[in-house]
Order: sequence, then structure tokens, then C-alpha cells
Amino acid sequence: MALPGLRARCRTAATLGIQCTSKRSCIGGQGQGQDQSKTRPGAQPPPGSRSAALYVHWPYCEKRCYYCNFNKYIPRRLDEDAMRTCLVQEATTLLKLSGVQRINSVFFGGGTPSLASPYTVASVLEAIAQNTHLPAKAEVTLEANPTSSKASRLAAFQVAGINRISIGIQSLDDTELQLLGRTHSASEALGTLEEARRLYPGRTSVDLMFGLPGQQVEPWLGQLQELLSRCDDHVSLYQLTLERGTTLFAQVQRGTLPSPDPETAAQMYQDGREVLREAGFRQYEVSNFARNEALSSHNWTYWQGGQYIGVGPGAHGRFVPQGDGGSLREARIQTLEPDNWMKEVSVFGHGTRKRVPLGELELLEEVLALGLRTDIGITHQHWLQFEPHLSLWEVFGESEEVRELQSQGLLLLDPRGLRCSWKGLAVLDTILLRLLLQLQNAWENRSPPTFKVTKSGAASPRGDSCFKYDLD
Amino acid sequence: MLARLGPGPGHRGAWVARATLGTLWGRLPMADLAAPFSPRLEKNPAFRVIPCRTHNYTDQTERMDMSKFPVENIRNFGIIAHVDHGKSTLADRLLELTGTITKTDHNKQVLDKLQVERERGITVKAQTASLFYNYKGKVYLLNLIDTPGHVDFSYEVSRSLSACQGVLLVVDANEGIQAQTVANFFLAFEAQLSIIPVINKISAKLGTNVEKVLQAVIERIAPPKANRENPLKALVFDSTFDQYRGVIANVALFDGIVSKGNKIVSAHTEKIYEVNEVGILSPDEQLTQKLYAGQVGYLIAGMKDVTEAQIGDTLYLHKQPVEPLPGFKSAKPMVFAGMYPIDQSEYNNLKSAIEKLTLNDSSVMVHRDSSLALGAGWRLGFLGLLHMEVFNQRLEQEYNASVILTTPTVPYKAVLSSAKLIKEYREKEITIINPAQFPDKSKVTEYLEPVVLGTIITPDEYTGKIMTLCLARRAVQKNMVFIDQNRVMLKYLFPLNEIVVDFYDSLKSLSSGYASFDYEDAGYQTADLVKMDILLNGSPVEELVTIVHKEKAHPIGKAICERLKDTIPRQLFEIAIQAAIGSKIIARETVKAYRKNVLAKCYGGDITRKMKLLKRQAEGKKRMRKVGNIEVPKDAFIKVLKRQPDK
Repeated sequence: MALPGLRARCRTAATLGIQCTSKRSCIGGQGQGQDQSKTRPGAQPPPGSRSAALYVHWPYCEKRCYYCNFNKYIPRRLDEDAMRTCLVQEATTLLKLSGVQRINSVFFGGGTPSLASPYTVASVLEAIAQNTHLPAKAEVTLEANPTSSKASRLAAFQVAGINRISIGIQSLDDTELQLLGRTHSASEALGTLEEARRLYPGRTSVDLMFGLPGQQVEPWLGQLQELLSRCDDHVSLYQLTLERGTTLFAQVQRGTLPSPDPETAAQMYQDGREVLREAGFRQYEVSNFARNEALSSHNWTYWQGGQYIGVGPGAHGRFVPQGDGGSLREARIQTLEPDNWMKEVSVFGHGTRKRVPLGELELLEEVLALGLRTDIGITHQHWLQFEPHLSLWEVFGESEEVRELQSQGLLLLDPRGLRCSWKGLAVLDTILLRLLLQLQNAWENRSPPTFKVTKSGAASPRGDSCFKYDLD
Repeated sequence: MLARLGPGPGHRGAWVARATLGTLWGRLPMADLAAPFSPRLEKNPAFRVIPCRTHNYTDQTERMDMSKFPVENIRNFGIIAHVDHGKSTLADRLLELTGTITKTDHNKQVLDKLQVERERGITVKAQTASLFYNYKGKVYLLNLIDTPGHVDFSYEVSRSLSACQGVLLVVDANEGIQAQTVANFFLAFEAQLSIIPVINKISAKLGTNVEKVLQAVIERIAPPKANRENPLKALVFDSTFDQYRGVIANVALFDGIVSKGNKIVSAHTEKIYEVNEVGILSPDEQLTQKLYAGQVGYLIAGMKDVTEAQIGDTLYLHKQPVEPLPGFKSAKPMVFAGMYPIDQSEYNNLKSAIEKLTLNDSSVMVHRDSSLALGAGWRLGFLGLLHMEVFNQRLEQEYNASVILTTPTVPYKAVLSSAKLIKEYREKEITIINPAQFPDKSKVTEYLEPVVLGTIITPDEYTGKIMTLCLARRAVQKNMVFIDQNRVMLKYLFPLNEIVVDFYDSLKSLSSGYASFDYEDAGYQTADLVKMDILLNGSPVEELVTIVHKEKAHPIGKAICERLKDTIPRQLFEIAIQAAIGSKIIARETVKAYRKNVLAKCYGGDITRKMKLLKRQAEGKKRMRKVGNIEVPKDAFIKVLKRQPDK
């Protein structure tokens, strides 16, 4: 199906500075209530709230991979027309609700979105372009599974508007691929990679997993080396996490597979990072490596605390519903199960199952936890955009724990900002616990805003004002 | 004496030949006991049982006149048995047979009123039931004093027995003589009581020949040697606490009469009380006008605390002092353990629960204590391990309290040499109940540890394994005899601390459950004790200080280090866990530093879940105890300090 507008945009998209990606979004968590503690009525939306990234979830797969606990379904009878109509409908509704003027990137994740027809992808992109500004150079990524990504399909997706491909290669060892329940062989994956590079030069990413049951360091490094000789400018390394409810988890529980060894995985991570560094890759995030500036701008938006709109069953979003007069960023989760989601979308125009307004502190916690995953960490400037009244220095400058982390060579707080060292990035989750507690402390002990109580009893605080809510 | 605790004919096979029993007794040094096996009994005609229902559950307002039961019509007897040999079942049948309770299918452990007793099938509190039984035209008052069977309560048993003139010694025919049977036998034997062996054959609780048991009680047990004309002399053999009425003392009258309004004195405390109420237990309280010499009943006299009615105490009339009954001693705790609320916010609730429960059990010693890891709590002294478990279970069941119980320790002693310390403690020999107070060797002449004389009865094929076990527990063999063709009775002197935690479990598991064990206090012996510190990267952990025998320091230190290693989470640096005696390291484990601890996938998607997890972990961090710069979850100490669950 010809979509002239989109095609034109694709042709001009090659010169994008930040590109290429990685894997899927973490979809599928059962959204749970967040504390609606301190909210920020009346505060100005943070800078950049006029734009967002947009994620589209395609919930179907041919087969369940043995390690995957994402929100995915093996359809018996897939009504793609209905699914397409609903994705278009929900994208339209949520874009209006968000009031964003611009979508900087789109990511089709899943499930296996390369199983969707290029027409569906084109329709969603068309809907976005009709409702807001989708710049021609915007990064539009599709997650692709080697078996469902023959050259002709990859070309058709390009025609539909996709300009970046992320291939789930996972392993170059056929035995490991079987262990993972993948439907492709290593050579098929490499074939797909080759096709993708031809069609999407400089904009093809590959995923490689490590830390599988029984996997050894040296053979895995061999796989990485082989991949490096074939890959493009973006690589993601993912450590296997055994998720409850997966086949692999059950096999390890039963003892039919050995439990993955964390020491071995740590060694793979360390060696893998070194190998990629030597090959000229920048580790710009915990799991993501790029050369020639081929960073994924979509995921970068997540890590920098930007807004994103989640479309499709089980998709997560973080945006201010400005189109609805809202001023608080909300954590949003769409209905998980595709049939129910479709019913809701057809009735209400969207399948949002849960909306939780994020308190000021909660937003800062997310900014901290996500920002530190990147190599540049959190710059002072970046932090002040979210919290102008409490600087990084004020929060962390006096902390004994932060000093200890600095002296251990794990963390840096300097005129550029707060970030992990090379060594610290590998143990970020441990470091974060201390930083989160320190942030909570600093938040509780920050100098109280001066405010006066008006005749009506409403408080008029100095800028920020969780107190207003308390008094109401 | 043979009895099958069931009605119905047609169960002849259930009988056990008396010959077996005779042989069995014969092998034990109890020749004098042959006398109770009177063949005369076998010739007696069946008795007609006349239930005296008029005495049952009578209106509380009606005060029974007990004067019509002279000493010669009274029998005071107890039932002793190894656990599960049918003691409580026999008591139930006796109660039914005499019409004391209505015969139904539901009478199970009628005298065991506590949930813990019913669940464990044991008797913790002595209970009393007065039975009325018409025999040869005379109504007899038979006072059944149901005693705890376990060694932990052997003091209570001995006090209860001192109110008796005879006992029924119940033996399960399938299991035969067990360690507790022997221990109880000796208690009764030493008290010079008539002993009527009763063989309980089967678990079908039928009740056959129970009449003969009652008959034997009357025929073979002497009436109490008591005189109404003498001044009051009453033995307190148990006490309970009632929220509204205060202490209810169970008493046996050795002499005299007691009635409402009498002024009585406790020989132990010398406090004076006025009697408000007297009565008998049948087994519920039943008011009487008076209690007479030889009788057993209860008495309420405005005592506010069970410590005022200590077991073994003698009561007499004000201004008519009598020689107190011999053998009184205060309860002596043998096992100590720290008890802490699971959450400190529960402290007050637990405090009140412990107070209430100790109101009923004066043998529990309570000291306030606190621990950096566990917060404010208590160090409690118990008569033994079962006593500790029962106390803990009663707290949980009756007061809904859940607690952390630390590994039990025993009361060590130190003979001080340091003049300064002697002055401080005001005595030369001190008892150490908390390891943190262990005085340094340089200030001590010698350390002492409590020892017990243990009796093990086992099928002989396990003897080798059991001897190896005992040797490993530093026990010294004192005696070994075959009590029949294939069973051995072993006597060992054990350091108490070697058996308080898991000896019984080990014994049971290596003998497939066949060996039985019992012990009695055997004083103190000199011991080479050392204080063992546990260090984390060189910093000592106060709550893990342990007193150990020098020989055992290495395995115990190693076990503690291993347990800690499993519970202390990896941190950003390596952690050395060491057990040390003084400056000497005797065991070491290492917790390696984290090399990677960051979740691979963390995209926009499910950041909510990730943040929740992080925040929950951060909250958990707040509850960590810092030892040096190491964060230790409090439950790590709990896991080390807590008694390991029974296997």
C-alpha cells in the first residue's frame, strides 16, 4: 500500500544524528498503584512536555520464547484489521489527550511487531502524522525477529515508514537458540542482519544475550566477536533474567537446567564491555552500545525522563494529559489482554486501564534511577529542569554515603553532574538504593516553601507546593 | 495389673501377658515391687460401678460436706507414664467410669485443658479430679492427681507425687518401658509410693478392665497418713491464676481442716492470708464447706501472684505453725533464651502476654534484656527445652503473640578471682545467663557448666551410633544395662548445653525414632569455656557473642560463619566473616563483592515495577544494622540466633 507522504519522509531520514536502538520496551508488568503522596497541582509542566516519544505494542508472537514474560499472545485467529483500527484509534486518542505538538520517535515493540503487516505500521504512523508533528527525521524503529523478517518484508517496512531495525539475534549458537525457544537458527539471524544492514545502513541494531544456563565466558566472547565482525553500529547486551512463569524458570527450578551463575555473567558483562569499547563502541547505557553516534534516540528519551505515550495492549506511558487540562505527569498502563483492550478502544477510544499521577518526589526518583543508567548520568542542567529548588549538590553534596561511593570509585559528583564510573555502572542497582534514600531524606528536609494561607483557606506557596494539597 | 482402655468384649487378643511385665520388672532393680502384683485381685468379682452423679457438676451454691470422707475412705494417687503411653486416656476413662464426667465419645484429655497439651498430647499443668466411687458399700473419695510427664516438669511431678500415696504407672505394651517411664518410676519409688503398673495395650481407647484399676487403687494404695485433729498442714502442689479471683492454689491436706475465713500462713513467704473459698476439683471447681486431712482440693486466699503460692510450699493456720513439708525448692531454670517481639511496636503487647502467662507459671524466670539486632526483649529462664517450647506455643496460641526466640543457652557459672569483680557482683561465684556478660579468663579461677544425668533406652542395634553421638556431645558413660533381650539402658553424664538444642532430634533420627531419652539435674562441673566473638571485617558483632566449650569452638564457629554467609547479602566490597577467640581466628567465610548488580532491561515500559522494587529494597536498607561499614539485615542475626527449626 503506497503511502506517499511517509515514503517521502523516509527518504529524507537518512541524515539523522542520533539513531539506532536496541530491544523492546519493558512491557507487560501488571501496573500497580503508586503512592499518590505529594502532587504538584498548578505547577508548570517541565520543559519538553510539548513533545514525546511514542511506543506501539504489537502483542502477538508465533511462539513463546522460553525466557520471555512480556505481554504477548499466540493468536489462534488474528483479526489484524481490527487490531490496526484500534492501534490507530488509541494513538489518535492519546495524542490528543497529551496535547503534544511533536513526536520525536516511534518504536514498534512487542510481541513480535515484524509479524504485523507493513500496512498496519504505515497506518499507525499516518495517524500520528495526522494528529501531531512527526518530523521526517524522527527515528522510527521496528523490532524484528529473524524468521519473520525476510528481505522483502524488511523493504516493505521501510516503505511503510520504518527507518531503524532492531534484530533479536540473542545468540549465535544454535543449541542456545533452542534452549531459549527461538524459532530461528544462527545463520538465519546473520542472514537477516545482512539484509537489514543493506536496507537500513547505520540504523540496524542487534541484541545479544548473556548469562544463559551453562553458558561459559570464552565461547560467549567468541559469539560477540563474530557478531562484531558482522554488525552495524548498535549492539545491546542483555543478561538473561529468569522470570517467574517462563519455561526456562521452571526448568531451572526443576533442576533440568543449571541455574545461571552470577559470577560468570558478571565476567561476561565486564569482558563484553571491554571488547565493545576496543571495537570503538560507546557504552551510552547499561545495556546499550553505539558507534558513529548511532544512539537510539527513542530509548534515550526514556532515560532522560522525557514523556512517552504507550499505545497498544499493556503499553506503559508517562505523560501529562495536557489536552485534558491536566498538569501532572501520569504513569499510564493500557489494558493487557488484546481482546479486552480492543473492546475498550472501540468503546472509549482508548484502553487505558490505570492512571497514576506521579508526585514530585516520585518523578525525581525516576529521573535519578533512569538517568544514572546512561554514561553521562544526570547533568546539573538536566536535574534543574525537573527540580529548580533543590540542586544535585544540595541533595548529594553532603552525604557521607555518596562520599563513600566516590572514594570507592563508583560514583562521580562534579561540575558536570552526577554519574556512575565505568565500574559503578555494573553495580548501579546497589548504588541507587543509597541515592534514593538520600534523595528522600533531602526531600523531607528541604527548606519549607514560604506560603501564606488565603482567606479561602487555600495556601499560596512559593513555587512548588505539596503543602497546598495537605491543607485543602 | 492389666488394663485395656476400652469397653467391649471380643478383644481378648489385646491383653498382654503379665509374664512379660514381670520379666521386665525383674530385670530392673525393683524386687520390692513384686508385692503390688497381688494374685488376689484376679479373683475378685466384677465391681458394680455406681456413678455418684449427685456429685457431678453440682450447683456451685451447694457446698459439699466433706467431713463424711474420713482418711480411711480416701485414696490419693497419680498416673505416670512415658509420653503417649495413655496416661490422659486412662484418666478420661476413670472419670467416665466414676460418673465424674458424662461418658461420651468426645472425652479426650479431659484434664488437659491447654491447647498446647491437647496438640502435643502432653500434660503441662498438674490437674486434679476428685472421683467418688462406691465399693463394697462404702463411698470412697479417690483423688486423681494428673501430673506432667516430662522431665522438664519433674519438680512439679515430685511435688504432685508427694500429695499421693500411690501411682498408676502406665506402660504402652507396644513400646514397653521408655526412658521417661524409668525416670518417673524412680520418682515414685523414691517417694515410697505404692506402684500399680498398668499395661495399655492398644490405641483403641476402649476402657476394658478400668474398673479393676479403680479397685486396685482402693485395695493397694494406703490411705493418706493424716489427722484431722492436728493443726492444718497443707501442701501447695500447683497453682493457677484467675484474673478475677487471684491465685487458685491446689492443696493436699496432710493434717487438720481448712475452711472459709481461716487465717493461713505461707511457710515460704510467711505472709498471712484469709481463706475466701475452699473446694474440690471434679475436675471443675466445686465449693465445699471445708477440706479435711487427707483430702485434696483448691483454696483461694487473696494471693495476687502465683509466686505467692509456690509449688512445694506449706500452708498452716495463723499462730499454729507446723514443721513445713520437706523438699521445697524454688524453680530452677536450666535453659535460657532471649525472647524478642518480631516488631518492636509489639513490645508492649508481648510484655503483657508474658506477664499474664508467667502469672500461671512461676517457674519461668524473666529478665529484661536488649540486643542491638533484636531490640528490647527479655532473657527467659525455663525448666527445660520442652518447657520453653510450651511457653512459646502458649504465647502464640493463648495470647496471639509472635516472637523471636534465640538459641537456648544454659546457666554457666564463673568462680571469680578478680577482687574488683567480686565486689561488683557481691559474690565469688556468679551465674552467667547472657553470653555478653561472660567475664574474662584473667578474672576467673574456673568456669563451671551445668551437667545432667541422661537416661537413654534403645534397641541394641543403635547402641553403637548412640555411643558415638554421646561421645561427640562430651558425655561420659556411667552405666549400660540390658533391660530385656534386645533393649539397652544407657546412662550418661552430659554437659547440659550439649543437649539443649538438637540432641533429642539427633537421637531420634539415628535410632529411627526408637530410642527414648530423659535426664535429671546433676549439678555443675568444671569446664574449659571460652567466649567466641564473631567479626565482620574485623568489627565484633555484639549480639553474636557465644560461650562455647573450647573443644567445640571450631565447629560451632564454622557453623555460625556459614549461616551468616548465607544471610548477609553481597555488598560493594568483600566481607570477611570470622569467628575468633580472643585474637585468634578459628573460622572464616567470605562474602564476595558484587560485580554486577544492575537490571539489564530498563526502558520506559515498566519503570514503575522497577522503581517499586528499588524503593522496597531501599526501605529494607533502613532496617539494616551497620557493623563497621557493612550492612547486615536484622534477619541475618535472627537466622543465626534463632533456634533452628526441628527437623
